[in-house]
Amino acid sequence: MAVDRLRFLCPNGHLGFAPLKVESFDLGVATRPDFILADSGSDDIGPVPLGSDTSTAPKEWQRHDLEKMLVAARRLGVPMIIGSAGDTGANSRVDLYVQMIRDIARQHGLAPFRLAYFYSEVSKDLVRSKMAGGETVAGLDGRGALTEDDLDATDRIVAVAGVHPYMELLERGAEVIIGGRSSDAAIFAAPAIRAGFPEPLSYYLGKVLECASFNAEPYAGKETVIGEITRDDVKVTAMSPYQRCTPASVAGHAMYERSNPYYEHFAGGMLDMSDCSYEQYDEKTTRVTGPRFVPAEELRVKLEGAGKVGERFMGFAGVRDPYTIGRIDEVIGWARRQVEERFGTPDEGGYQLHYHVYGRDGVMGELEPLRHRPAHELGILVFGIAPTAEMAEEVTLTGTRQMFYARLPDVKGTAGGVAFPLDEVVRVSPAYRWTLNHTIRVDDPLELFELHTTEVASGAAVAR
Amino acid sequence: MSADMPARPRRLAELAKTIRSKNAGVDRVTFDVIFDDAANYEDVKRSGVLTRETVAALYGVPDSRITDFVTFDPARAIKFTMLRSRPSGSPGDPDIFGCQQYAPLLDIEVLPPSRRQER
Repeated sequence: MAVDRLRFLCPNGHLGFAPLKVESFDLGVATRPDFILADSGSDDIGPVPLGSDTSTAPKEWQRHDLEKMLVAARRLGVPMIIGSAGDTGANSRVDLYVQMIRDIARQHGLAPFRLAYFYSEVSKDLVRSKMAGGETVAGLDGRGALTEDDLDATDRIVAVAGVHPYMELLERGAEVIIGGRSSDAAIFAAPAIRAGFPEPLSYYLGKVLECASFNAEPYAGKETVIGEITRDDVKVTAMSPYQRCTPASVAGHAMYERSNPYYEHFAGGMLDMSDCSYEQYDEKTTRVTGPRFVPAEELRVKLEGAGKVGERFMGFAGVRDPYTIGRIDEVIGWARRQVEERFGTPDEGGYQLHYHVYGRDGVMGELEPLRHRPAHELGILVFGIAPTAEMAEEVTLTGTRQMFYARLPDVKGTAGGVAFPLDEVVRVSPAYRWTLNHTIRVDDPLELFELHTTEVASGAAVAR
Repeated sequence: MSADMPARPRRLAELAKTIRSKNAGVDRVTFDVIFDDAANYEDVKRSGVLTRETVAALYGVPDSRITDFVTFDPARAIKFTMLRSRPSGSPGDPDIFGCQQYAPLLDIEVLPPSRRQER
């Protein structure tokens, strides 16, 4: 390809989690970028959205950003790419965004365009058959290989796409792409690699743009940044009048949410940033050179999976008596025993009971160095989890209310051991857990992803 | 090192611009201590108050729970990563984003160079 530079506009590091800021977006669009892209997903939000097939983002905020991006991209005639639709990148989230794109196109009377999307969900049966065929589904971050039990306990699995589905859909002429679960950086790297730019710089471009203005200073989210790739470097520029990209802010971003600031793994290889150099290029721009890319010896795709643990209720109690505060573990122990008398131990009864003691170690648990120095009052949050809602309610109510009756030998207050701001327990979202944080080997980088291309006519979309 | 380095111990919160914690994937929390002053960065690096061993002791975990410990000169940062007690958002996890686990770092005392043994 003949182009010697491409410019990528990113307005939001997690589309939907909070709306993009319009002023810097418009300033960025006015510079006529070649692509408009954003990641919309994260595993930061815990396992509940993936397990329960929901978003944490309100539809209005998702739609707000999709509308801004789509209208601008179609006006400029440049591709728009969204990865990890709707927080989780599950199939229902992709469908939701595809429908929003169609609705926005109709509402604005946009000229026809080619809309492509892909699904990232992987069936348990497929994983099971690979395991039966001798494949090891290898654990990440210290986890062991996937077991049949953990697979059985899983409700939903998504595969994390690399650049491959995006490159293939661009090849098919896509003008708008809605991606299932993806590596954040792949969304940006794919068009750059396809246009012939070096892989190391392309992946670095994605890495530096994925969280939008988190790579600029002063700290501000949801502001637009633009990355430019050439054959020799990546330059990243803050669009907000309030922000600049500096060597420190850009380098600092490399370590954000990462175990290690030097290495980043993708399906297909590893980005090595240990020899990157950063220089201030102009007032708002930092220039980066020197990333390397080490291709993987075998192609492994990351799998994320969430499974339901049970229905969940929540209770709350406060404590002010210093004698009781000093013996709060005995109070909790008493309440636990009352639950055990009714349901047996947690293992026997198939339930869980969790106490978060705010004012002592509610935020940090066993990592809290000051847990021996509780405050003058405590707030105790109780979560009960069980197979049925009825049982979860009773576990939680018993575990909360029985703190009131705890038998402490020398307590002065004999009319009730804790204070209730609410004399009931409340139902909250079911509890889920991350069952998969693993990788699986594939022969074909597209084999876990289902690709679709449609035409959006003004007014309706026609499947091809 | 700046000439006017005081002789009293200083808290890490006085010396660093940013001290933060955040999930690094679902099974780990990562901690960043970032300096805008190069002298402070170099001094804290040299002081030995932040090492794999000292942070493990501060949080009361075995050294093996600290999966990464690096200094990162381009950002003037000291960074370490810890395996979580339980994955993010799982039952019993009090901090889904892992973003309030840094507080014990704020009060780490950094002795002036004249009052410590250089590593």
